[in-house]
Amino acid sequence: MVQALSGQLLIGLINGSFYALLSLGLAVIFGLLNVVNFAHGAQYMLGAFVAWMGMQYLGLGYWWALILTPLVVGLLAVVFERLFLRRLYGLDPLYGLLLTFGAALVLEGIFQNIFGISGNSYPVPALLQGGSNLGFMYLPRYRGWVVVVSMAICFGSWFVIEKTRLGAYLRAGTEKPLLLQGFGVNVPVMFTLTYGFGAALAAFAGVMAAPIYQVTPLMGSNVIMVVFAVVVIGGMGSIVGSIVTGLGLGLVEGLTKFYYAPASDVIVFVVMAIVLLVRPAGLFGKAQ
Amino acid sequence: MSSVPVLPVPRVRRTWEAWSYAALFTVGFMAPWFVYPVFAMNVLCLALFASAFNLLLGYAGLLSFGHAAFLGSAAYVTGQAVKVWGLPVELGILAGTAVAALLGLLFGVLAIRRSGIYFAMITLGFAQLVYFLVVQMSWTGGEDGLQGVPRGKALGLVSLHDNLSMYYFVFALFMAGFWLIHRTIHSPFGHVLRAIRENEPRALSLGYDVNRYKLLAFVISAGLSGLAGSMKVLVIQSATLSDVHWHRSGAVVLMTLLGGMGTPVGPSVGALLVVALENYMASYGSWVTVITGGVFMTCVLAFRKGIVGEIKELVKRWF
Repeated sequence: MVQALSGQLLIGLINGSFYALLSLGLAVIFGLLNVVNFAHGAQYMLGAFVAWMGMQYLGLGYWWALILTPLVVGLLAVVFERLFLRRLYGLDPLYGLLLTFGAALVLEGIFQNIFGISGNSYPVPALLQGGSNLGFMYLPRYRGWVVVVSMAICFGSWFVIEKTRLGAYLRAGTEKPLLLQGFGVNVPVMFTLTYGFGAALAAFAGVMAAPIYQVTPLMGSNVIMVVFAVVVIGGMGSIVGSIVTGLGLGLVEGLTKFYYAPASDVIVFVVMAIVLLVRPAGLFGKAQ
Repeated sequence: MSSVPVLPVPRVRRTWEAWSYAALFTVGFMAPWFVYPVFAMNVLCLALFASAFNLLLGYAGLLSFGHAAFLGSAAYVTGQAVKVWGLPVELGILAGTAVAALLGLLFGVLAIRRSGIYFAMITLGFAQLVYFLVVQMSWTGGEDGLQGVPRGKALGLVSLHDNLSMYYFVFALFMAGFWLIHRTIHSPFGHVLRAIRENEPRALSLGYDVNRYKLLAFVISAGLSGLAGSMKVLVIQSATLSDVHWHRSGAVVLMTLLGGMGTPVGPSVGALLVVALENYMASYGSWVTVITGGVFMTCVLAFRKGIVGEIKELVKRWF
């Protein structure tokens, strides 16, 4: 009983870590660029696939993938921002959403054509194989690693954005981009790099997810829908909000899986409905 | 509802609209003699779906990313009503449409509490909720969907199993839905919707209950999307998970954008193109997704007015 419950809670914690990482990237991009990056799921999927292909075709292991994949995906995102996304600034933010939606379809379709929809498995790196018995539950080492690393990344991002000079620029750009440009900060480059960073974060999550879930072309769109709901629940206003909400909803999902499994797919959306009813601006959002 | 002064519609716009309606009606009326009727019916269903969606996006400025929920739920309800409960087709269609409208009311009340991109994400979330419910409930048949839905008889007289009579039945429903949308966008109510789209704070300060207008537009749009779904289930004779899938919600955005949002005829043109694309490319599997995505990006980047919008612009320049 306790074993099963804590097992589900661990899965929930891990899902929650991914939700937190992904909604953090979304929030950072949205904050500055005012674009809802629908391609975020596709970039996460791309991360997992780049890692998998690196291992399959180039023999690069997990650790290389963890460093190189975010760079590759981030670079692609920078090109995308420069070529396309940039043209839509100043228009209704809905167009940014639609453009990235189109990009997500293209990416998903291409990978589906090449690799089919069945999953590819990615091995857990040798260093993190095995696990330890905590008495009340068995903790696979890799899963512990995922939780710790995502927490570290989330905390690191929070620290950079809230406590450093770079973060101050970012926050200033979120509030008043024109004024910031007047002070001599190269805002267009900052936009590009922010988009690249957000995408790299998604790719990083994708690499970490590869050994846990199957690497499939559809993994991105499945998770991004939930992440959008997480964003609605938490409100995109605050970084801390998206982290806490992401983790919290992962746990809620885990609990639901334990008590009433059929509802676990829909529980996040139900929570979204309840939050909208009680606090329309989201748990951490400012009232409009 | 307070009274709204309605300005006379400029003559140029009126003739433009009359011509485009005439073209739509002629093409719709002649279609089954030139193309396969089932294909043409499919186009009509999705054209109504896109027109209903356009009422929301093009006139109220609300982007819903979950309209498949209304199309799909109506398709399942109508299918179930006609097949299992043995209701006549008219009642089946009515049931499907009513369920979609109710669902629209339920989601609308919650979704209009946020606007812009949040609205899009909320509707997407609710549509996912509906999708998972359809997957799990037993009467919907899960992965297999609802198969073998009979077409029955129109008014208990004319058998609809003949494709040509079914076509004109669907065409009549399409025209009825289209007329309702036309009436809505040209009514004082429609003008208020446009005012809200252009400047919500000002509409609010003029004393309009903005949320009520939005909600009503959402419910009308959901109900008509449901009507389209009810028609579709009778045409294809099955309801499947693809009808509630988010790909369908994306496709309706594409149809509207491609044809021209905010134009009455645009979404129908877009529906024709998208259905044709899906039909003729069906053997290429997922490349359809890639091409759909590519068309999406091109539309957003290069011609946001859509085909009908661009033509309208040209016509205006020449005359």
